[in-house]
Amino acid sequence: MFTLISKRLIQLLPTVFFVSVIIFSLQHLLPGDPAMIMAGEDNDPAVIAQIRAQYHLDQPIPVQYLFWIKGVLSGNLGESMRLKVAVSELVTTKLPVTLQLALMAMIIALVIGVGLGILSAVYKGRALDSLVNVLGLIGISTPNFWLGIMLIFLFSVELGWLPASGYVSPFEDFWQSMRTTIMPAFVLGNAIAGVLMRHTRGAMLQALSSDYVRTARAKGLSERVVVIKHAMRNALTPVITLGALEFGTLLSGAVLTEQIFTIPGFGKLIVDAVFNRDYAVVQGVVLVTASTYILLNLLADIGYILVNPRLRD
Amino acid sequence: MSTQASSPQTSTALTLESPTARAWRRLKARPSALIALAVIVLLIGMAVFAPLIAPYDPIKQNYMLVRKAPSWMHWMGTDEVGRDLLARVIWGARASLSAGVISVGIALLIGVPLGLIAGYRGGWTDMLISRFTDAMLACPFLILAIALAAFLGPSLGNAMIAIGITATPIFVRLTRGQTLAIKTEDYIEAARAVGNPVHRIALRHILPNVLPSLLVQATLTVATAIIAEASLSFLGLGQQPPLPSWGSMLNSAQRFLTNAPWMAIWPGLAIFVSVICFNLLGDGLRDALDPRSK
Repeated sequence: MFTLISKRLIQLLPTVFFVSVIIFSLQHLLPGDPAMIMAGEDNDPAVIAQIRAQYHLDQPIPVQYLFWIKGVLSGNLGESMRLKVAVSELVTTKLPVTLQLALMAMIIALVIGVGLGILSAVYKGRALDSLVNVLGLIGISTPNFWLGIMLIFLFSVELGWLPASGYVSPFEDFWQSMRTTIMPAFVLGNAIAGVLMRHTRGAMLQALSSDYVRTARAKGLSERVVVIKHAMRNALTPVITLGALEFGTLLSGAVLTEQIFTIPGFGKLIVDAVFNRDYAVVQGVVLVTASTYILLNLLADIGYILVNPRLRD
Repeated sequence: MSTQASSPQTSTALTLESPTARAWRRLKARPSALIALAVIVLLIGMAVFAPLIAPYDPIKQNYMLVRKAPSWMHWMGTDEVGRDLLARVIWGARASLSAGVISVGIALLIGVPLGLIAGYRGGWTDMLISRFTDAMLACPFLILAIALAAFLGPSLGNAMIAIGITATPIFVRLTRGQTLAIKTEDYIEAARAVGNPVHRIALRHILPNVLPSLLVQATLTVATAIIAEASLSFLGLGQQPPLPSWGSMLNSAQRFLTNAPWMAIWPGLAIFVSVICFNLLGDGLRDALDPRSK
């Protein structure tokens, strides 16, 4: 098992290297001289020369990359040009907000997606199965920013039940925090629920037609025990792994959702940075999300190895 | 007797059926995919003939008609500067559909050759291309597209490039995987044995066999690309005002939800309908092109 995990870790190294190259290259896509862009309206050659020296822009690109990666490895993601704060500090302040949202979204997605997926497989070919399939397709095809706007219209404008925007930390006021995050979490979880539903249905159908389920039925066990104890346990392992991978999609989706519900998280940070041409923040956010995704991928792999006895030995 | 006589004929007819005819026959048996195809054709027609069918100029402002509810004169109502929403939804189809198709075209143009090279060559070339693909897939789709669009500058063209580049790894991975499976087939060995050059084997013998999977993936990715373009335009990184795009229409609609909710309903519905149709068609094509299905 350890050999397998170490092999997976070694395989990750080139991927991590290329991720860093992609993110570093982003700033070179900018048309024009980065130093002049950073200087803004200040056209003083002395200032531009100082910026060039400070950010090693006067060095060849591979050397610039080495300086950048050295900083990243020591936790220095650069400084926000607009806020004059370290990017790492911004990330550590904003990330917990998005993580709370993503966690709530994942719970919603698992409850809806896995629940409906199991029901759909158990009632295969019946009206309920068709209905669940249609719901899954609708979930996958609904743009989450439109769903967010429609939910605000319904629950905030028309019914007045929930606040349309804002954020309260759960450590300040738990219930108010739930009220401000339930709509964005549902919007985020909706698309993932569709994906999880499709996978759960497929995995459950496979499990329900397997020999061990047939044996369990032949032993005279009730259908409820067969489904919950035998089929579901085996079918859910790949689904949970997929759930871990979908976390990356949640971070992506949070960009628009946080914008719509004015939640001061990671997504709002990148959008504000984009519009203020705060490129160090954009790079920092992409780097942290990509690293989180790679880490989750690895954890999902390790989890899969741990629960699968054939891979453990 | 007659049954016995007709059986061999039927079997011969089925054997002689071309792969395209077989796929079309299977697709026709799936009403949802056919309806989706019809709606997509309708949407494309709407985008192409927008100047002829749009009832009003989509960018002409009329301050006498600000935020008017749907009526006989303006079926979908008007927006915050009195522009007809139906005209803007019709013209918006151009931005959304062209972004969907062109960005997938860009992804195919870059991704398929890279996938063919990685799968066919193997070794270090494969290792480099595959790890680079993994790295791109590790960056969440929309975040990478936003970052690219931000660095390239806000415009519909740049949004298409950003989405195209971001979608490329999907096609590299798919083509590579298929090439790896196909290159060990006997007919590829035979083509190699008679002295065919590498590019000829790749283009004439491997690529045609990868095409069905690419077609399915491309259809599904158009749906993703339409949402991505709408997302970028919603954030102000895609189509620039006053030109219409479904995403940017939703952005302005958000500010007037209390007194003009229709401004948000129609562009959102347009995105939803086109995305669901491309998803349904992709699912239908997957079933129709699957050699295991009957």
